[in-house]
Amino acid sequence: MKPLLNFLEKIEPDKKKSPFLHTLFDGFHTFLFAPKSVTKGGVHVRDGMDLKRTMIMVVLAMQLCYVFGTYNIGHQHFVALGEYTGFLEGFHLKLAHGLIKLLPIFIVAHVVGLGIEFWYAAKKGHPIEEGFLVSGALIPLLMPPDLPLWMLAVAVAFAVIIGKEAFGGTGMNILNIALLARVFVFFAYPTEISGDEVWISNIVKEGTEFYGGAYGMGHSIFDTIFGWMGLDTFSAVEAGQKVADTYSGATPLALAKSGGWGAVTEVYSTSQMFWGSIPGSIGETSKPFILIGAAILLITGIASWRIMLSMFIGAALTAMMLNGFAPSADSFLAVPWWGQFYMGSFFFAMAFMATDPVTAASTNTGKWIYGFMIGFVGMVVRVLNPAYPEGWMLAILFMNVFAPLIDHYVLEANMKKRLARA
Amino acid sequence: METFNLFLKAAFIENMVLAYFLGMCSYLAVSKTIKTAFGLGLAVIFVLGITMPINWVINEYLLSDTGVFGTDLTFLRFILFIAVIASMVQLVEMAIEKFSPALYNSLGIFLPLITVNCAILGGSLFMVSREYNFGDSVVFGLGSGFGWFLAIIAIAAIREKIRYSNVPPALRGLGMAFIITGLMGLAFMSLMGIDLTKPM
Repeated sequence: MKPLLNFLEKIEPDKKKSPFLHTLFDGFHTFLFAPKSVTKGGVHVRDGMDLKRTMIMVVLAMQLCYVFGTYNIGHQHFVALGEYTGFLEGFHLKLAHGLIKLLPIFIVAHVVGLGIEFWYAAKKGHPIEEGFLVSGALIPLLMPPDLPLWMLAVAVAFAVIIGKEAFGGTGMNILNIALLARVFVFFAYPTEISGDEVWISNIVKEGTEFYGGAYGMGHSIFDTIFGWMGLDTFSAVEAGQKVADTYSGATPLALAKSGGWGAVTEVYSTSQMFWGSIPGSIGETSKPFILIGAAILLITGIASWRIMLSMFIGAALTAMMLNGFAPSADSFLAVPWWGQFYMGSFFFAMAFMATDPVTAASTNTGKWIYGFMIGFVGMVVRVLNPAYPEGWMLAILFMNVFAPLIDHYVLEANMKKRLARA
Repeated sequence: METFNLFLKAAFIENMVLAYFLGMCSYLAVSKTIKTAFGLGLAVIFVLGITMPINWVINEYLLSDTGVFGTDLTFLRFILFIAVIASMVQLVEMAIEKFSPALYNSLGIFLPLITVNCAILGGSLFMVSREYNFGDSVVFGLGSGFGWFLAIIAIAAIREKIRYSNVPPALRGLGMAFIITGLMGLAFMSLMGIDLTKPM
């Protein structure tokens, strides 16, 4: 560590002469080490978990989702084509395909988001706030694998400028940045992001038939490497071939919407949905890996267990209530409450989205109300709203709007209680 | 179910402020603190809930060609609706002044300003064009009032929260209020499309 620190101190640019370079340097320096400037005077609480360490912990917690998400992109692609349908068959091909799809999304999200962030930091003359690291890590996991990159860039720019910088930067935003980017794509380009083929990469729809898309340059690079190693190559898979007859591409939620729980279990087994080898947004599918991430966040005290628990209770109770209204057994309303949790992105939203400490309610009572209402609204949107495939993204944004109000009334009630006691 | 759906639709799905952008002037002007926003919101619920049924009666029995005059007087609709709204606001004002001077003083000028709140006239006109019956008009009035109330106290809470944020100087105040309203509209789109009366 010492040589690295010495090296960093040696290359530190002059703050006056080149402010932008210094901002950049300062950003990376505090990313690796605790800031060397300390405040003087006044009362301070000192804790090793400063803002950057908190942010990094969240990023670390979602790494397993990244690994699985990458693999699942490839897996879904090959399952659709009817090749290598076993989960571990064609392992290297699936991983390579996933990387080819995920890396550009990851890079574009970070270049655009961090670029805007750095520019604002230099402009306003404050140190770089790595608030975007978490949003930037979350955004690729929320997107469908085949999203055009320019849409991603526009969405990220919108979210960072309007959602965050307009409010004054990291920690001041009202709505969750990652969700804002997702919702922007969703409302601005509805045709590109809905339908059955968007959740599986490299599938082209012509008329009513689906075909495998052509492979690009990234695939041929990997092909050369795989060729040397004597492994199967992408060129063995015929480009443009028709998808397998058994392939539907529908996500469990889409199936549940048309035919209830029975239609879902016909296509996907519960263990498949639990482990996550189903089509969906990149990071949302695998429940155990998300729960490990959630556990890391809970142990380090970053995420609030109150929000997670109350969101779970809210969603479960709402699902049970909807069961009571179900007109027939094959309706979406009749899906058993535990079945609702197998499908869609509930756990991802619960672990990484709803618990965002900036946009959630900050009082303890407020967190209970906030989480419960997300569970309620999200389940209502998912089941009762035919326009949207999934509800958590919108439910969390909806409650983000009301979080300050909840806090206000919780505080007011507390004040009233204590005044009455006095 | 039909009634509940109408209430839900008026309050959330077709929120006066966040879906139609009606009643923006007082929404932006009075939303600086939660306290005044709360008072104004309640007054709007009350006025919408009262004027809507009265306007329904006027429209049905005075203005339409099946009414007491027997001729089509719908060209008088705007004038009569506004007159009803203005007089209702006057009545509310007098009642509040008489029974709760404290609330009257805290609302100040904003109470009479409800007269020119376009959400209220807009509500009455929606009621006519959508051909609601009397019961529907009561529910629609209360529902859209509640939606307006919810929107204004939510933005007031957000504006109180961002008071200490480092907002770019050019955006401080109204600029920020517009951006927040837009983002709130985005969030409220979550419920758009829900129709409880349709079979599931």
